[in-house]
Amino acid sequence: MTAPTASSPSGSTGAGASVTPTVTGPSAPALSARGVTLAYEKTVVFEGLDLEIDEGRITTLIGANGSGKSTLLKAFGRLLAPDAGSVELRGRPVKSMATREVARQLAILPQKPLTPSATTVRDLVSRGRHPHQSLLRPWTPADAAVIDEALAATGLSELGDREAGSLSGGQLQRAWIALVMAQQAPIILLDEPTTFLDLSHQLDVLGLVRSINRQRGATVVMVLHDLTLAGRYSDRLVVVGGGRVIADGTPWEVLTPAVLREAFDLEALVIPDPSSGTPLIVPVDPDAMGRAAEAE
Amino acid sequence: MSRRVVLSTFACLVAALVLAVLGILAGSSSLTVPDVLRTLVGAGTPGQELIVLELRLPRVVGGLVVGAALGLAGALTQTFARNPLATPDILGVTSGAALGAVSAIVLAGGSYSVGAGLLTLGLPAVATIGALVTAGLVYGLAWRGGVDSYRLILIGIGATAALGGITSYLIARAQITEAAAAAQWLVGSLSGISWASVWPVIVVLVVITPIALLQSRALEISQLGDDISTGLGVNVQRHRLIVIVCAVLLTAAAVSASGPIEFVAFVAPQIVRRLARTGRPPLLASAFMGAVIVVGGDALVRGVLPGEVPVGIITAIIGAPYLIWLLTRRREREYSS
Repeated sequence: MTAPTASSPSGSTGAGASVTPTVTGPSAPALSARGVTLAYEKTVVFEGLDLEIDEGRITTLIGANGSGKSTLLKAFGRLLAPDAGSVELRGRPVKSMATREVARQLAILPQKPLTPSATTVRDLVSRGRHPHQSLLRPWTPADAAVIDEALAATGLSELGDREAGSLSGGQLQRAWIALVMAQQAPIILLDEPTTFLDLSHQLDVLGLVRSINRQRGATVVMVLHDLTLAGRYSDRLVVVGGGRVIADGTPWEVLTPAVLREAFDLEALVIPDPSSGTPLIVPVDPDAMGRAAEAE
Repeated sequence: MSRRVVLSTFACLVAALVLAVLGILAGSSSLTVPDVLRTLVGAGTPGQELIVLELRLPRVVGGLVVGAALGLAGALTQTFARNPLATPDILGVTSGAALGAVSAIVLAGGSYSVGAGLLTLGLPAVATIGALVTAGLVYGLAWRGGVDSYRLILIGIGATAALGGITSYLIARAQITEAAAAAQWLVGSLSGISWASVWPVIVVLVVITPIALLQSRALEISQLGDDISTGLGVNVQRHRLIVIVCAVLLTAAAVSASGPIEFVAFVAPQIVRRLARTGRPPLLASAFMGAVIVVGGDALVRGVLPGEVPVGIITAIIGAPYLIWLLTRRREREYSS
């Protein structure tokens, strides 16, 4: 059940063997944490953690509240510097890279971005072009085309001139995803992209994430709370808790009653989702179980 | 940049220049426009030259650059802190300058060797030292593996209160004449200004303005929050340090030349934000608006009001109610986020 993706040194192409030593071969994982220790002040969340994120797939980090899944995502997104160990982006230590250079390869949507006042949706999305611009390379028509495309992909073309503050929750979340898309990074990290959305808008956002992965080949790493949705939209699930990886694998490998008990302290049945065939988590109702036992 | 931003920037610049001309004309000895123009090109009488070149011009230019420095500093701090109440005063710059200046005035008057030593440096220099030391201290205390703007503001407020207490103590213990001089300085006035105190402000403004403008795009990104700014490739801590240093130097230079002129750094950015209808105050327009307020206020003081009223009193009396009016005029949805 626990199937950590080979922590063999496949990521490094041998010291000095490569022509360009700083760039490792295509076999390097999109992201890897090597012996990473993460802590807030004095509270250690992870110690010596190893985890690799494969290229081109949707990987979802799940775990109970306070399990450190968002912390781990932040470390991958260089928002939190590890106290020990290193995070590597396609084989290169993130620490050694300029933040703008990282931003061209990795986009991150944190949990609560601030919606700026008096800013149109199009202006908001256009901030995503920042890592591609500089004094020497200002705004170009190509940037405008990227923004148009991001707005179209998120269904916001009609709302480009609306003030961002006037959007509904679902529209606003799509605008943030459009911003991240406009960044054109091959790796996208999303921290709970569905929080505060109703179920239909959650599906809407996750469908969008899937299309970004399937149609653009983006590597996606996200944190989700809803286990059934995580199972439906992910290629790989990583369950964290108690400062370690509890389980790691495909949704069917990971979402078992035993893992759910250990990670979430949850008694649940796991049955095939009649609509998608992915695991459907059905929490057990202790009262109903009692009644059923009495009836027998 | 929207057309509205460009237009309001231009309008503020024109207004500042028009008020500057009025400022040269305003005063007790009446000069006509041709008189002033003749003097400026070097064809005036010696008397006119004294009045225009040595008395009014430094005062008007001083008003322009002090106002611009305060307006720009205000726009920078309000934007990086994402809080319209975050003026440079809150970083402790003003209270530090005040303590420096007041201790120089008071201690020198009491013929303490410390004060006399301080005063030989010149009042602006002492005020500058006070401003920079305080700002450095506040930044240092706020540092915890990076500076969080919230903590910076809280520590700045604490420092301001503590230094203000010491300043009041010095004034309370001072001889009456020194206390009056100190109180005069604390209000902020252009009456004592000369070319010698204007030049440093010009130099700081010329050096800092381009550096601040280069941070413009990062400031815009930073409105979305620290994490997403990092994600978009902004080195948040470095950016914040540059912005704070710019704001501190601008404020220190301005306050050292004129004393703390109240409310300019606070009001100027808020006015242009409403003129330009942007989420954050445009930097250049804020600088020009600061110049408008100070030069306009000083012209009003000299041309309309009787007696020598310090411009700092006018900016506070007019600026504060104006801001309150702006805030009550419509529901401020902008600040709720």
